[in-house]
Amino acid sequence: MSGPSTYKPNSGFERWLDARLPLPRLMHDTMRTFPTPRNLNIWYTFGGILAFCLGVQIVTGIVLAMHYVANAGLAFDSVEAIMRDVNYGWLIRYMHSNGASMFFLAVYIHMFRGLYYGSYKAPRELIWIIGVLIYLLMMATAFFGYVLPWGQMSFWGATVITNLFTAIPVVGTHIATWLWGDFAVGDATLNRFFSLHYLLPFIIAGVVGLHIWALHVPGNNNPLGIDVKSPQDTVPFHPYYTVKDAFYLTLFVILFAGFVFYAPNFFGNPDNYQQANPLVTPPDIVPEWYLLPFYAMLRSIPNKLMGVVVMGGAIVTLVFIPWLDTSRVRSCRFRPLMKQFFWAFAVCCVALGYCGSQGVDAAVAGVPLVWVARIASLYYFAFFWLIMPIVGLIETPKKLPASIAQSVLGDTAAAPAE
Amino acid sequence: MAATTSDAGTRRDFLYVASGAIGGVGLAAMAWPFIDQMNPSSAALAAGTTEIDLSSIQAGQQVVFKFRGHPLFVRRRTPAEIAESNAVDVSSLPDNNARNLNVADTALATDANRATKPEWLILIGVCTHLGCTPTVSTPQMPEGDYGGWLCHCHGSQYDTAGRIRKGPAPQNLAVPQYAFLSATRVKVG
Repeated sequence: MSGPSTYKPNSGFERWLDARLPLPRLMHDTMRTFPTPRNLNIWYTFGGILAFCLGVQIVTGIVLAMHYVANAGLAFDSVEAIMRDVNYGWLIRYMHSNGASMFFLAVYIHMFRGLYYGSYKAPRELIWIIGVLIYLLMMATAFFGYVLPWGQMSFWGATVITNLFTAIPVVGTHIATWLWGDFAVGDATLNRFFSLHYLLPFIIAGVVGLHIWALHVPGNNNPLGIDVKSPQDTVPFHPYYTVKDAFYLTLFVILFAGFVFYAPNFFGNPDNYQQANPLVTPPDIVPEWYLLPFYAMLRSIPNKLMGVVVMGGAIVTLVFIPWLDTSRVRSCRFRPLMKQFFWAFAVCCVALGYCGSQGVDAAVAGVPLVWVARIASLYYFAFFWLIMPIVGLIETPKKLPASIAQSVLGDTAAAPAE
Repeated sequence: MAATTSDAGTRRDFLYVASGAIGGVGLAAMAWPFIDQMNPSSAALAAGTTEIDLSSIQAGQQVVFKFRGHPLFVRRRTPAEIAESNAVDVSSLPDNNARNLNVADTALATDANRATKPEWLILIGVCTHLGCTPTVSTPQMPEGDYGGWLCHCHGSQYDTAGRIRKGPAPQNLAVPQYAFLSATRVKVG
């Protein structure tokens, strides 16, 4: 879709460089002239926002690593020293810890956007699958990072998550021991988690490169879900979307700053300001908010192995979406039936998150939350494995517009503008 | 050249396959140290034994010690708790194996097989579901329906012999190897 390059080297140096390492040409073609559908809305700005989030996490993370000590005896105090003694340490740490939540907030919006507008459908299957891989890497990175302050939630979160592997028959216990480097979560575990926490963001950056590369072959999907048919359907990425992305990024940063400066512990758990104690489990172990839906699934299944299988299956399912959706139409704008199931799915995800945040025996209006979680989990799987294939076959989509330009500009678009 | 048309393969084919095979074996051999370095080190493996003084533990009380990085529950059970445990039909339990390193692997989870001296129940305090430390139940502060322990992480409930009764945990709380040195001293490990 990007077509032949329009880059023209202007100086002798640019010509020299273009013949050897055409980096300016790559930047020109991908970030300036790249033809982008003219109808992208606010929900399409989250790709850029996510790149910003990754940058913030890497920059603040490198700085934090200069002051942090990955040792079970010293880690907790070193984090407190960052908060109290290191110049602006409090700011950098709060940016990093809230940055993780902002990162997940943005990625969930980005994923639901993709689901709603059918951005995973051909020819964009690989963009979606690479995205699921990024999401997995993000969860692993966030998990490793959460362990590092070595508070009570760090320790017990690490214990519960690594114990998930003990559900695997025969080799499970050995895998858990191998992950721990000991017979329980301890100093060896903390050290390796720090090493991996430093490594994974760079892997994510590499996979993000693949994500964007794969995106730039077919080009962006758009809220109508129809293909770009003529140059009239597109505008150059710069300045149209650089400016739009920058505007919404600014709004996002205001939200981010609101948390960092006014509610820095909003997403945190007070138990994590207590040093890790292997002998006392806090009364309520709660993962970070972005993992709560999966945690609720795990808890709702009264069998260890099945609980782990269901939780893993919920994520693995995402990989198959491009082939589970049988509809010819991408965007839910033209899918009256699917639109309703989609919003029911969104409600179920939020309900699962709420169930995961509550105690084991909690109930709302006499209904035990474990049953709410069971029904919501059932719907989660049914949505992808039953509703998506069936609705795609039986639904009559609304009439699609002839082109993006016609939809945006009206029928006069056929005539040259002005 | 005639040699290149032979079906038997050339000297070059042999060298190609042989170097590939040797290289592959070498790579696999080099991978092992990088995998095995993650396993517990010799220092971690040399986990010792722990001697515990029982004299200060009252009937109905549980004291938690640290053993090989894990909590160790030592509970001095009341006659009522022992009777409650004995009244359970072993075949009705979710896990009817004793899970006790001091008895045979196949021993049933009877009360006698869970605690050699009925008064003293010694357990690894690690929930067999996902590794949290269960909270002990006392008549004053009951935890769960079975008088033993409740794991707050995911709601597993254990009875007064540390046997799983309800919830996602698959096994009874493990009984470590231990030996009584005297009436009030026990060596664990």
